[in-house]
Parts: sequence; structure tokens; C-alpha cells
Amino acid sequence: MLIALFWRDLRRAWGSGALWLPVLFFLLVATAFPFAVGPDAPVLARTGGGMVWVAALLAALLPIDRLVRPDRDAGVLDQLAVRGVADEVIAAVKILAHAIGFGLPLLIALFPAAALLAQDAGRVETLATGLAIAIPALASLAVLSAALTAGLKGGNAIGGLLVLPLAVPLLIFGAGMLDPSGRGAVKLLAAVSLLLTAIGPFAAGAALRGLRE
Amino acid sequence: MLLRLDRVACIRGDRLLFEDLSLSLAPGEALWLRGPNGAGKSSLIRVAAGLLRAAAGTVERFGRVALIDEAAALDAELPLRRALDFWARVDTVDGHTVDRAMAAMGLHPLAEVPVTMLSTGQRKRAAMVRVIASGAPIWLLDEPANGMDDAAQARLVAAVTTHRANGGAVLLASHFALGVPDLVERDMGALA
Repeated sequence: MLIALFWRDLRRAWGSGALWLPVLFFLLVATAFPFAVGPDAPVLARTGGGMVWVAALLAALLPIDRLVRPDRDAGVLDQLAVRGVADEVIAAVKILAHAIGFGLPLLIALFPAAALLAQDAGRVETLATGLAIAIPALASLAVLSAALTAGLKGGNAIGGLLVLPLAVPLLIFGAGMLDPSGRGAVKLLAAVSLLLTAIGPFAAGAALRGLRE
Repeated sequence: MLLRLDRVACIRGDRLLFEDLSLSLAPGEALWLRGPNGAGKSSLIRVAAGLLRAAAGTVERFGRVALIDEAAALDAELPLRRALDFWARVDTVDGHTVDRAMAAMGLHPLAEVPVTMLSTGQRKRAAMVRVIASGAPIWLLDEPANGMDDAAQARLVAAVTTHRANGGAVLLASHFALGVPDLVERDMGALA
């Protein structure tokens, strides 16, 4: 049954071209950034890594309006609740599906994006490692804010604001990994990611429960 | 006993919809909740389903529940059969069960039609297929016949009758009589 739920979420994430939306957004930022700061390769190389992290965070939050709200409006969440499926389980499945549905394409898109931002091989490796560690946490935050705002009209706009404070440590330690002196950053990033990923299902599950009242 | 509500009260917003409401359903029984719009029929169904917390009283269910409410809970972009198959997998029932339920509601000709193309009545029939196929003993049907034509209503009544004959119970909320035989009535309008 959980597998059926997972495949449904993944199918809806990747169906009808939605797969490419966060990825295109991610590449759009990477393309626009050199035009804004100028094509000076050393400057790009120094600042581009941080830009990748900002773009990844925003790309994760881009689809939050279709992570929970359509299921609520269509009555799918009610039907699952009637069947006794715990809200935390639904949230966990959604987080997993979002992590894979958006995380995998993002990691692939990282390579052209990094090339556009003049990142050398070493930095690309660091970025890929960091993003791979952070993706479960990003997915967790996205599902949490989707669940919190599903009951609000025009909730998408505040969705990003809600999770921004929680996402800041990911940005600091993720981008910090690129600093040659930031050797502990990867461990702190992993710790923050683990914490957010672990909290996610329970916080989002509570928010899903609140949607029914 | 399959379903028992004991002295249940329900508050929506700051309005008391009903209080001190008790009902019970044994295998084979069916109860018709009738009353005007806003009388609390849908809320009572949701309380019975466990989707709404009762402000007071106790709700006990002795078996699985199948629910129809205003939302069909079928993925609009999928063909009808695949949308129903998702719930069959969630309910862990096989394809034959879905086949039989689709036949009971006369939906086989529409199996390949995307859910988004279906009319209101056809969607209600599809939701009914999900209820029948789930195999749950307790049916909670909130306005199941909305948008249904006479032939579809007859199928609905037949499905309810079969379900009761098999030892199931039905709680039915509807603002008009469906023609289900041997039905206990509960007028929600009289409560307010």
C-alpha cells in the first residue's frame, strides 16, 4: 500500500512535464547569474557555489502548491485517513517521493549549472556531495510548508517564508563546504539535514491532521 | 454491532450542529439521515468516519469503513480504471473485485475514459465502485446519488441491498429518498 502511495506521488511529480520545472528553474538561475555579475571567471567561481545552493533551495520550494493541496481538495487525504493510514506515514511517503522526484533531476542538472558558473571539478564534487546530503532535508521542508499552507488561500507565497529560517543552516553549512577552511561544514550539514529529515514526517503529519479540522 | 455513536455532539466554527445524538448500526441495517442543507448530515458522516472529532460523546467502529463524500478522490488525469486500481492497491483487493464492482455500477464502457471527462453522476458511480470494491463492512455514504440518473440510482440501491444482505451496514445521508427498502429514518432537521 505504501508503495502504491509512493508511486502515485512520483508519477504526479514527473507526469505532464512537471519533472522539468524545478530543474529548468535551477538552470535558469545558473544562466542568469553570470549575466548579472559579469562573465569574470574567478568571480563566478568564487560566488557561483553559493548561488547553486540558493537556487536548489528555491527549486525545492517551487512545487509546494501541488505537493499536498490537490490531494486535500480531491479528498485523497480523507480517504487515506478513513483507511487508518497515519498522517505521519503519508507525510513520510510524500517526503521520500519529493526527495527522489526533485532531488535526482536536480543532481543531474547540477553539472550543466556548475559549468555555467565556472565551478571546477573539485567544487562540483563538493556541491554534489552537499546537495545529496541536503536533499532529504529540502524535501522535508517543502512537504512541511506544503502541508502547513494547503488550507490557506494563496498560501504558496508564505510557504517559502515559513521554512526559510529552517533552511538557513542548510545554506550556511552547504555553501560553507566550498570554503577551503570549512572542513567541519559537511558534518554540520549532515547533522542539520538529519535533524530536519527526522522532524519532517511528524511536523508535516501534524499539519495534515490539522487540515481536517 | 458495526457502528455506534453515543451522545455525540458536533461543533463547527462556533455553531453547535447537533448534540446528544446516539445511533447504532448492526450488520444488515441501514440508516437514512435526512434533513435540509446545513442540518449537519455531512458533519455526522465525517464524525462517524473519524475525520472530525466529536465535541462530546463516543464513536466506535467495529470494522473497516468505506466513505463517499463530495470529493471523488480519483486522479483526474488518469483513465478511470487506473484511478480505481490505485485504491484497489491501497485496499489490497485484486482486479476481479474491481471488475465486479464496475459491472455493478455499469462503468465498464468508461474504463479507459480519463476521470476529468466524466460527468458528476459518473464520478459518483466511480466513487461507489471504490466503496463496493473496498470490501469494508461499514459504508458511510454522503449524498451518493447526487447527479445520478434513475438507472444509476437503481444500481446504487441494488448495491446497498446486496451489501446489507452480505452483513454490511450503511449510514446514508441524503436530502431525498433513494428508494432503499427497509430503511430506518433519522430526521436531522428535527434535532436543531
